[in-house]
Amino acid sequence: MTTHPPDVLAVADLRKVYGDMVAVDAISFTVRRNEIVGLLGPNGAGKTTTINMILSVLEPTSGTIHIEGLDLARHRRKAMERTNFAAVYAPLPGNLTVYQNLRIFGMIYGVKHLTERIATLLGMFDLESFRNTKCGVLSSGEQTRVCLAKAMINQPTLLLLDEPTASLDPASARDVRTQIRQIAAQGTGGVLWTSHNMYEVQDVCDRVLFLSHGKILLQGNPKTLPGEFGKENLEELFISIAHEKLSLESGVRL
Amino acid sequence: MTFSRTAAIFLRQFYLVRGSVARFMPLFVWVTVDMALWGFMSRYLNQISASHYNFVPALLGAVLLWDFFIRVMQGVTMAFFEDVWSRNFLNIFATPLSISEYIAGLVLSSMATSSVGLTVMLVLSTTVFGLSYFVYGFLLLPFILVLFLFGITLGIVGSSLVLRYGPAAEWFVWPIPALVSPFVGVFYPIATLPAWMRWISRALPPSYVFESIRTILAGGKAPLRLLALATGLATLDVLLAWLAFTWTYRYAVRTGLIARYSAESV
Repeated sequence: MTTHPPDVLAVADLRKVYGDMVAVDAISFTVRRNEIVGLLGPNGAGKTTTINMILSVLEPTSGTIHIEGLDLARHRRKAMERTNFAAVYAPLPGNLTVYQNLRIFGMIYGVKHLTERIATLLGMFDLESFRNTKCGVLSSGEQTRVCLAKAMINQPTLLLLDEPTASLDPASARDVRTQIRQIAAQGTGGVLWTSHNMYEVQDVCDRVLFLSHGKILLQGNPKTLPGEFGKENLEELFISIAHEKLSLESGVRL
Repeated sequence: MTFSRTAAIFLRQFYLVRGSVARFMPLFVWVTVDMALWGFMSRYLNQISASHYNFVPALLGAVLLWDFFIRVMQGVTMAFFEDVWSRNFLNIFATPLSISEYIAGLVLSSMATSSVGLTVMLVLSTTVFGLSYFVYGFLLLPFILVLFLFGITLGIVGSSLVLRYGPAAEWFVWPIPALVSPFVGVFYPIATLPAWMRWISRALPPSYVFESIRTILAGGKAPLRLLALATGLATLDVLLAWLAFTWTYRYAVRTGLIARYSAESV
């Protein structure tokens, strides 16, 4: 009998309530190894709230989060050693150089052979020429690449990417997508990815979760899901969901 | 606790201070100004005073120790403010870093920056104004220890306030030493104060330091019991401040304050 390793991320009945407002309403989902899962939804759907809870900077009202089988509420440090993130709204300090930021976060994540790891990441994200440049003077696209390098510093099992290509030009965005796909395919980890670019999601993600008003309305393969609901592409499906034409009670119809 | 995480917070501060004149200069400029001002003032008072009381160890020595306390406190808060100013909370706290490791990093940064100020003050006060630390004897060490611990306490408390009430609460932090100074008797005996102020003085460890300085200079016996009490009190204060920061952080995580800190919404 073989035992399967636990899912990279297992979220169960996760709920966050602010006063009377339910931001996330009892959602459950998993991210498996070598899988890229897209977390989609209109603004205010609860995507970032969900990511913040997984990152342990926001305490859930109820529910559980397990990262590689570790209960985040009880084993925060060990769980966070296996996790990292990049978000468009969390740039690295602009008053430190690329190298300094990577060294500091490498130490915080307890990375072994840090100098070599930083050199690898500088090469991987084409940042060698900016090694000693302060992050604050980099273009937004370059800053995104530094954030991605930081997100990869500890070779995380769970990688959370909140709109990682939002400020990248199409060529750079494609390179990043290729890199993330390679990382997910070659390693033992999984990726939770949010984006408003439905073409990108269709291209990158193995599975998508549609979130609206804090609930997961539907999930499935982004390449086949639009057809299942009579839509031409993911963007049309997204717009339908955003306008709440979808009714789960009546068997999901548009 | 993992030392490399604490060292990372210290290293961040080292990089910032090393790379910025605006951060490096204040480590010694203000203490130099204070030493000059109070050094000449002490000399002048020695000249015009009919008594043979030496104002240099009483005034300049007290100012030196008080300035050291302020540098320790600001060493903690400045290291914390760097995360506030660079909106770095999400990056810092969404990591394996624990609150104890983070606070230890702030304290380590403060030890380094306040040591620069203390060294400059010691050199200036002895070489230019002839302040001899032999007059305090070995008690100089507990004096420094008590003020260091209390500086750490107020630094952590100040950081908790800013964490709880947002970046604008920085305003609360800067006047803290000025608010404390009337109660601890840097320049005058605690007995000068009205009864209600004396009660507050008894709860503040620096009061015992400045009272001890005056006792020693007046030829009295070293008040070892009082200094032991002050050290114990200051240690307790550090623990309470650490608890306050931890409680504030947990509140911030529960309410979402960390995740949307700049909004000052909670």
